[in-house]
Amino acid sequence: MDLKIKNVHLFDPLNGIDEVGTLLIDKGKVVKGSKSSAKQEIEGKGLHLFPGFVDVHSHFREPGAEDAETIETGSRAAVKGGYTTVCAMPNTDPPIDNEGLVRFIKEKSEEVGLCRVFPIGTVTKRREGKELSEMAHLYQAGCVAFSDDGDCVIDSSIMRNALEYAKLFNVPIIDHPEDISLSGKGQMHEGSVSTELGFKGIPGISESTIVARDILLSKFTQGRIHLAHVSTADSVKLIKDWKTDKVTSEVTPHHLLLCDDEIRDFDPNKKMKPPLRTRYDVEVMQRAIKEGLIEIVATDHAPHPDYKKELEFAEAAFGVTGLETSFAVLYTELVKRGKFTLGILIKALSSSPCRIFNLPLGEIKKGAIADFTIVDLKGGWEVTMDVFASKSKNSPFLGRKLEGIVRYCIVDGRIIFKNGDFINKKV
Amino acid sequence: MELDRKDLLGIQDLSNDEIEEILTTAEYMEEILTRPIKKAPTLRGITVANLFFEPSTRTLNSFILAEKRLSADSINFSAASSSVLKGETLLDTAKNIQAMEVDVMVVRHSEPGSPHFLAKRLKASVINAGDGCHEHPTQALLDIMTIKKNFPTFKGLKVAIIGDIKHSRVSRSLILGLNKMGAKITVCAPPTLLPLWLEPFGVEFEYSLEKTLPGKDILYILRIQKERQEESFIPSQREYIKNYSLTYEKLKKFASKEVVIMHPGPINRGIEIESRIADSEYSLVLNQVTSGVAVRMSVLYLLTQRKLDGSKN
Repeated sequence: MDLKIKNVHLFDPLNGIDEVGTLLIDKGKVVKGSKSSAKQEIEGKGLHLFPGFVDVHSHFREPGAEDAETIETGSRAAVKGGYTTVCAMPNTDPPIDNEGLVRFIKEKSEEVGLCRVFPIGTVTKRREGKELSEMAHLYQAGCVAFSDDGDCVIDSSIMRNALEYAKLFNVPIIDHPEDISLSGKGQMHEGSVSTELGFKGIPGISESTIVARDILLSKFTQGRIHLAHVSTADSVKLIKDWKTDKVTSEVTPHHLLLCDDEIRDFDPNKKMKPPLRTRYDVEVMQRAIKEGLIEIVATDHAPHPDYKKELEFAEAAFGVTGLETSFAVLYTELVKRGKFTLGILIKALSSSPCRIFNLPLGEIKKGAIADFTIVDLKGGWEVTMDVFASKSKNSPFLGRKLEGIVRYCIVDGRIIFKNGDFINKKV
Repeated sequence: MELDRKDLLGIQDLSNDEIEEILTTAEYMEEILTRPIKKAPTLRGITVANLFFEPSTRTLNSFILAEKRLSADSINFSAASSSVLKGETLLDTAKNIQAMEVDVMVVRHSEPGSPHFLAKRLKASVINAGDGCHEHPTQALLDIMTIKKNFPTFKGLKVAIIGDIKHSRVSRSLILGLNKMGAKITVCAPPTLLPLWLEPFGVEFEYSLEKTLPGKDILYILRIQKERQEESFIPSQREYIKNYSLTYEKLKKFASKEVVIMHPGPINRGIEIESRIADSEYSLVLNQVTSGVAVRMSVLYLLTQRKLDGSKN
């Protein structure tokens, strides 16, 4: 036996596991039994063990913007937040539109030896929205999905072809639903707050019109669409009315918690796309997760260095970090306040993204790949400038007092994170 | 007399008492402006920087005069381009100026919240001289002062604001201020130049100028900018003039006899307002400009008193 975790609260809503027990791991897999001794032991008393969290929407910025984040710092941020798997968005510079770059990401993340990093390839060459990228090459090199994230695939016929072609691999096309002719130079959600503050607005319809288009294209082509960072009540209504197993979606922690009212202080760390919507939209997002209409919580971890964020609101870059705060913020602010159960949150963080992105992970059962996250749910901490493992500190949750400290992360049966220390699994 | 605040960023966060305080002080200041020697030593030793990141003549000159009348030292920093294009961030620019021991920064910027952003990060007092389409508090204060001199009370005063409400910081601040004073406001514009969300402002709206004019005490006309046509907010200036230009004929036909006309300037004669009205006895436009200097003297004085009091101790 390689690893034994004793007296831990095993929690896997997919398999109906919610009990204190012992977990044995050998050769990277969960094995039966509880008596045997192991090379390494973890005393799990008072701790919860979950399937490792999976983020399907992170920006690791490498190559191209290593001053914001690298695969190494991004991986550290991920495991600190309990994520054992991250799907890295391809809006790097150059973008991930060829096998060479896919291999680079994979090799680099292997070297780092922390969480798993699965690249997402671009839908179109150079992310220009004009010609399909070589998806078969990208898929074989290791891409788990395709997206031009950061930009919407505006040309509907290109989107149609992408949805059809990706049926070859049964992977989703992830769209960033934003009609830029409607969002234009908008800085925040268009509504009564933007009107008061005098900002150009990003109207909800800039998202929902594309959500409607994408759902209809999926219905027409029978291709798989995954809608990134859904943020409006109208989008949820469209998903509810037209949901099929080919239509999936995600929502970010900030869209589950924060609304446009927060921008009255002009804090550039509350600027992102899609923008923070209204209180009503936030409530609809919470219900959509509760009811399973939206399957995944994804961070849209978008690190930026201070010189791109510590600016007047209109000049500040769009995007906020999320990997390190995601679980604790959702547990503290939503689960503990009864908005939805811990089971729903854990599914949205693990088994659901695994199912949608075809990853053989996200469960506690015999024979399962041993990727786990061990959390002290009673542990309190405060989000301050010096807690981040990420290179960037542009979090909208700075100053919050949270509960839920990640104690251990296990990938392939190896401890890669232990009480704040990172352990390269190769060493 | 002093204001218990470091900055003046918007009418939004001013209490009625604070507005009264500023207006009362402005009346004293106006007296200085009528003296043969129009200068008081009140702000001797205080340094003011006028940071204008957007072109301005009227507001900038009004502040400069206010500073000179009170014997403050002042410098002007104008940069039309945004901070990023310039290669130095707004905050760095402001911190450099602050490092020269500047006490007050008067900031005009093309984007909402920029003075607020600076105010939080600087020791110096910040006065918002217009931030994008957000607020222009000293303009609203000078308008309120002008109204106060011409009407016995604000309670129930009927004010129509006519023109590009959507893109106007002047209208935002004025609406906030007049609401606090108890006036009743109607805004009038084509639908594309009205915000879709008017509830937070507590105003009535009316698309028709003819229906707006009757029974109003004040008609406040906003400037219509040429760009609005290019951005498709209006089909043409010609069509705007047809429906929304305040002409002498419309005024005589629909408005009350005692009505007064205000405009924040600069006026586009023949576009939002007929030349003849701008020069008529109805117009308070030049009174507004005079009040402007007094109000800015008042604000500069009240914000620096804490500092001056402190140095006496």
